[in-house]
Amino acid sequence: MFNDSLKQLSDQLSAKKISSTELTSDFLRRIKQLNPEYNAFITINEEMSLAQAQTADKMIAAGQAGPLTGIPIAQKDIFCAKGWLTTCGSKMLSNFISPYDAGVIERFNQAGAVNIGKTNMDEFAMGSSNETSFFGSVKNPWDPAAVPGGSSGGAACAVAARLAPAATGTDTGGSIRQPAALCGISGIKPTYGLVSRYGMIAFASSLDQAGPMAKSAEDLTLLLNVMTGFDARDSTSLQRETEDYGRDLQKPLNGLRIGLPKEYFAAGMSNDVASAVDKALDEYRKLGAQTVEISLPNAPLSIPVYYVLAPAEASSNLSRFDGVRYGYRAESYSDLADMYRKTRAQGFGAEVKRRILIGTYVLSHGYYDAYYIKAQKLRRLIAQDFTDAYRQCDLIMGPTTPTVAFNLGEKSGDPIQMYLSDIYTSAANLTGMPAMSIPIGFGDKNRPIGLHIIGNYFKEAHLLNAAHQYQLVTNWHLQSPI
Amino acid sequence: MQWEIVIGLEVHAQLSTHSKIFSGASTAYGAPPNTQACVIDLALPGVLPVLNKGAVERAIKFGLAVGAKINSPSIFARKNYFYPDLPKGYQISQYELPVVQGGSIVIQADGVDKSIRLTRAHLEEDAGKSLHEDFHGMSGIDLNRAGTPLLEIVSEPDLRSSIEAVAYAKTLHALVRWIGICDGNMQEGSFRCDANVSVRPRGSDKLGTRCEIKNLNSFRFLERAIDYEARRQIETLEDGGTIRQETRLYDASKDETRTMRSKEDANDYRYFPDPDLLPLEISSGWIEQIQSTLPELPQARCNRYVTEFKLSAYDAGVLTSSRETADYFETTVKQLPTQAKLCANWIMGEINGQLNKDGIEINDCPISSAQLAALLTRISDGTISGKTAKTVFESMWNGELDKDADAVIAAKGLKQISDDSAIEKLVDEVLAANAQQVTDYRNGKEKAFNSLIGQIMKATQGKANPAQVNTILKKKLTG
Repeated sequence: MFNDSLKQLSDQLSAKKISSTELTSDFLRRIKQLNPEYNAFITINEEMSLAQAQTADKMIAAGQAGPLTGIPIAQKDIFCAKGWLTTCGSKMLSNFISPYDAGVIERFNQAGAVNIGKTNMDEFAMGSSNETSFFGSVKNPWDPAAVPGGSSGGAACAVAARLAPAATGTDTGGSIRQPAALCGISGIKPTYGLVSRYGMIAFASSLDQAGPMAKSAEDLTLLLNVMTGFDARDSTSLQRETEDYGRDLQKPLNGLRIGLPKEYFAAGMSNDVASAVDKALDEYRKLGAQTVEISLPNAPLSIPVYYVLAPAEASSNLSRFDGVRYGYRAESYSDLADMYRKTRAQGFGAEVKRRILIGTYVLSHGYYDAYYIKAQKLRRLIAQDFTDAYRQCDLIMGPTTPTVAFNLGEKSGDPIQMYLSDIYTSAANLTGMPAMSIPIGFGDKNRPIGLHIIGNYFKEAHLLNAAHQYQLVTNWHLQSPI
Repeated sequence: MQWEIVIGLEVHAQLSTHSKIFSGASTAYGAPPNTQACVIDLALPGVLPVLNKGAVERAIKFGLAVGAKINSPSIFARKNYFYPDLPKGYQISQYELPVVQGGSIVIQADGVDKSIRLTRAHLEEDAGKSLHEDFHGMSGIDLNRAGTPLLEIVSEPDLRSSIEAVAYAKTLHALVRWIGICDGNMQEGSFRCDANVSVRPRGSDKLGTRCEIKNLNSFRFLERAIDYEARRQIETLEDGGTIRQETRLYDASKDETRTMRSKEDANDYRYFPDPDLLPLEISSGWIEQIQSTLPELPQARCNRYVTEFKLSAYDAGVLTSSRETADYFETTVKQLPTQAKLCANWIMGEINGQLNKDGIEINDCPISSAQLAALLTRISDGTISGKTAKTVFESMWNGELDKDADAVIAAKGLKQISDDSAIEKLVDEVLAANAQQVTDYRNGKEKAFNSLIGQIMKATQGKANPAQVNTILKKKLTG
């Protein structure tokens, strides 16, 4: 059952072979048993999860069930959920119980899904290893010495370790795709604006996008169908016709043109990753696709551009955590300025502070044009590169990460090395284009490797089709560490 | 040395929307603290702003009224600083591309028209309120006001005296109320001024170092603060000192300004475009639609009163000082098309006088324009004299006889005697009884004439038509 797909679980629920209450209890039991080892969840709330399961069972009994009704979903602790502790991985919000639901949470609630718990994450989603969480690091279920990736490390671990059938993540520079790759699962970051950001605690507003994480591309389609949709409370939310992201799953890949950016197949990629990507591409050729070399000349600038823009927005977004209205406040202080200083010095971790400092610097008088404005111009050039590339190809493929999962503690002292693990992923956030990662094998120390698939705006169904066709002929996505 | 004072004003006009600029919470004034602050106003984690269309509409209306350019797109930017009454740690405002750019306003100062250029007007949200009393060494925060929509209207440094500055502020105040975008209530903070003041030697075209005086919430304070500040700067310079660029506060109890913070202590606000809000696109169709709902503006009406009703520029200016007064005047004059000046005089005199005395606005005037017109009709058709009309007016103001002028005239027997033969008879009687004065007059004592008029008016309790009395008496005395 823990290895079942969402479709299989849904069928069992509607056939009354199992109730949502039983399913939820089973997963809760498994979490209780294994979470102390993995630390994938920050908060478990049996009472609230089971109450939702009972509601779902009533929906099923009344014949009102949808594809996700009764299915437990692990929610990243970045989404505000009414009555739930919502920490964003930070001491700053270690006491914050949200009085309201995020748009994403609302949609899952309406679909009758069960919130099985809030997953661990890098503090305020700033990190690529889940090591910046105030609630401790998360272990990679494939190798307890390895990081699970980040920032959605708890979510990736939960799905890989079968602590939840599926999970939500958010992706600002690769935070869904990188941990999905390092934990051997599938994850997609949709086009910016498809999923509501309302109630999703902001890191870098123009880059943040929520998306699903699951075992397979097919599961992702069901999750995406629920998560996407216009939300008037988010001014950047897009108004579009609803679409079924699974509509093209069965389409054959004959004639698919896959672009291989020469900049991504260059130095920096480790041999194990390179050979796994080559094998995956062979598989695609067998499926009828053709590969074509393309160039994204400005793509290598993604990391510097990202590390100007994301901290700039973050430095402002995180100003609200001031100890005045909610969250952590320093215990003793002499006056208002001292209260601010101590609250923020004690409430934020080192990586968050580093990014607030960088962001404050690049927005400062005299530096704004040289950094922020320059980065915005480059951002447009990077997007133009991709738009140009789609004249030659339908999808772009490459490695999701340059290496397999690194060891816990290996890069935590070296921010630049840590930032470079998002070297392939951050461009999709800068351009707003959809991108996903699927498992394609194992490398060094038997740690998972992910294939990165990027598409033009609104090509989610196409990405998922390509991923699903690959998963029909391979079984990497069915492998589980335990 | 002769000094010239240079002033530019920044006015914060609170826009009259029912809900806030980026949330659905109410903007009504005076609610218990924090009862009108929703999750968005509280800046809970994860919340996002959504722009209130009504606020944009009002900004466009203003832009059209001052002949400005409506920018599309305009950009919302974050102004970053920490303060407990600023929940997000930044204020959403507009910086590089404001919604309204340019435009001008014509003011009257010392009887001369002067056009004052506007730099810009931009949309922004208000902050909350810090309460430093009643909390025993702590501060209270009321976020009801947080997120209230403001239009910040910035003038060029075109004003040359506190009198001009007040005239500008009053004209602007009248305009925003006239076009219905702001209630103008200064006690409630709906219309607040900051004044940028500098001085320079007369004839110089280089601006002096300016000081900004914050939060002047009455026209009187505006005038006094500028007067004090200009005097202070002139004295400093004449004593060989220099002016430091700084922000100052006006202390009304001491009638002085004092340093709030110097330029060196000024925040670096780190403005950048708010990524939560898309660039604000305004279609030409929307602008046209708003244009079509724009009322005739005060300046246009003022000019029309001069040409159409032959009023003096001064009278026209007073009558168009508020839309309500102008409307009252127009509905009155509609019923007495040939008596515009009479209508104007009565509204500017009796009506405004009584309104001031009772401390009420013309909207609450107890005498309607129709009732006033009925009274003025009786003056113009000779039924009563202007002087008697004032007695009738008083009765009407007090609500007697349903404020019906004719009823008051009849009930009090105030109808004017306009019958020539009746007046002749009266004149004859008075002349017969005052032979000495008749002789005096004929001997060149002009004063005797007035005395005789007085006797006649007294005999009729003032009801005789004064013009007729005058004519007939003159005829009899010289005849």
